[in-house]
Amino acid sequence: MSAEIKEREPLFSAKNMKLIKNPINISNPITVQVLGICSALAVTAKLMPAIVLSISVIVVMAAANVIISLLRDGIPPRIRIIVQLVVIASLVILVDQVLKAFVYDVSKQLSVFVGLIITNCIIMGRLEAFAMSNKPWPAFLDGIGNALGYGIILVVIAFFRELLGSGTIFDFQVIPQAFYEFGYQNNGLMILPPMALITVGVIIWVQRYYTRDLIEKN
Amino acid sequence: MKALRKFIDKQKPHFEKGGKFQKFHSAFDSVETLFYVPDKVTAAGAHFRDAVDMKRTMIVVFMALIPALLFGMWNIGYQHFLSLGESPDYWTMFFYGFLKMLPIIVVTYGVGLGLEIVFAQIRNHDVNEGFFVSGLLIPMIVPPETPLWQVAVAVAFAVVFGKEVFGGSGMNIVNPALTARAFLFFAYPSEMSGDKVWISEMADTFSGATPLGDALVGNFDNMPSQWNMFIGLLPGSVGETSTLMILIGALILLATGVANWRIMFSVFAGGYIMGLLFNLWGINDYMLMDPLNHLLLGGFAFGAVFMATDPVTGAQTNKGMYIYGFLIGVIAILIRVFNPAYPEGVMLSILLMNVFAPLIDHYVIESNIKKRLKRMKAVLIKNQ
Repeated sequence: MSAEIKEREPLFSAKNMKLIKNPINISNPITVQVLGICSALAVTAKLMPAIVLSISVIVVMAAANVIISLLRDGIPPRIRIIVQLVVIASLVILVDQVLKAFVYDVSKQLSVFVGLIITNCIIMGRLEAFAMSNKPWPAFLDGIGNALGYGIILVVIAFFRELLGSGTIFDFQVIPQAFYEFGYQNNGLMILPPMALITVGVIIWVQRYYTRDLIEKN
Repeated sequence: MKALRKFIDKQKPHFEKGGKFQKFHSAFDSVETLFYVPDKVTAAGAHFRDAVDMKRTMIVVFMALIPALLFGMWNIGYQHFLSLGESPDYWTMFFYGFLKMLPIIVVTYGVGLGLEIVFAQIRNHDVNEGFFVSGLLIPMIVPPETPLWQVAVAVAFAVVFGKEVFGGSGMNIVNPALTARAFLFFAYPSEMSGDKVWISEMADTFSGATPLGDALVGNFDNMPSQWNMFIGLLPGSVGETSTLMILIGALILLATGVANWRIMFSVFAGGYIMGLLFNLWGINDYMLMDPLNHLLLGGFAFGAVFMATDPVTGAQTNKGMYIYGFLIGVIAILIRVFNPAYPEGVMLSILLMNVFAPLIDHYVIESNIKKRLKRMKAVLIKNQ
């Protein structure tokens, strides 16, 4: 037997940190991979639900990644999707119950979208692409990174939609009353889903302006 | 005119390469070519299909819009004074409407052209003429009392998201003027629909509902005579009320060959046939309305003549034009009669068909290819 002792990788090595950093910018689930658009349009009319959903997704994704990564050698390849779904669904139910217990109002606003985290293709995608073939710690970081990348975009969209659509942030009036007396009106289109899609488009536009590598070459 | 030419020639060196204002050369070019046909000639290989360049095409559409615009201005005054129960002379009414319209037109052109110039500078291409017509169309399809800042926001939205993100004039998928109106319609519904917005500074006791608004709620008592609908003595957006003036514009467009008669004809045909079908069905008063009224009321004629015929966003193939136009007419009437939220459906139906126009063209071309392949095969088999 060789006496070589494999040097242990430090927990926050550059390679591991990349797992968190990349999904936030150059492989962002929403703006680059264009996944999870449905919930990005549906829950971003106000900032509060968007943040709660982002946190829920972070929790579900990190936990699911770790669990699947631990189980990865025991899962028969043929039924892996079902196993992944069972894991995600159990976690989502847990999150849903916690939300109902502690932030009932927001949970009501989010309605089915908490349940629909199960079908969020980012989570399934990361389980398939990463957790099934990596150790728990990198899988955990990857889950956090991707969910953060998703959450940040959600919060940015929700910020602009709430500000321009309702004139509020976290339900506090931020646009002064004097504006309204001057004839300013909230933009009703911002409340509607199409404008969320256009906001995503603007974010993609800005991101590609600063990260030139993302622009496709013909 | 000579003095103008001289003045432009004198300023030219400043804007050419190395000049003081080189950065603003596209703005200068656009002014120069607005007055004079440019003398630049393509050096290698001619690309144009027609001697008429885009500016000349646009100016024809511009002129075709003038009758409807002038009538619309007068109509603003007429409706205003009618609601107050006064009847001053012709010029007072016209001047009243003119003063209402002028700020909207100025704001539209200011914001729109400003953004076009900014984008032209960033992308390093010439300022395009595309906004020339859109800039006049937008004021003509909004209510006369629309707040100016809303007009500015809508125009900015239409120019940036309706046009520039796709690559500027000629590349846009949906009609920019209608994009601006759709933006206003959904963003600020209280300024864009209902029965309070169509007559400027209306007396409170007066009902300012448009005939279509009345029809939607089943009120057919105030329905104007068909002659009034045709002349356009109705409350409504500036350009849309007078079918007569729009038809004059349509004649100009058709005579000069700028707009395609197939689209115009099939939009009217689609609307009329849908109206007839509703007559046959006839389960409520609205469905029983004379189909001709549908064509005369609201923005139907305006949309058919000036919006649907947009060569960029409409269908390109001859067969495709019939399908595209016909569906615009059908869907417009469908929305009017069935959808309780929207009294008018022309804007939405044109935008919807704008999106489908490339698909229609694709299948028309595909079917043509298939037909020719079949013919080819038949010939080959015969010759074997």
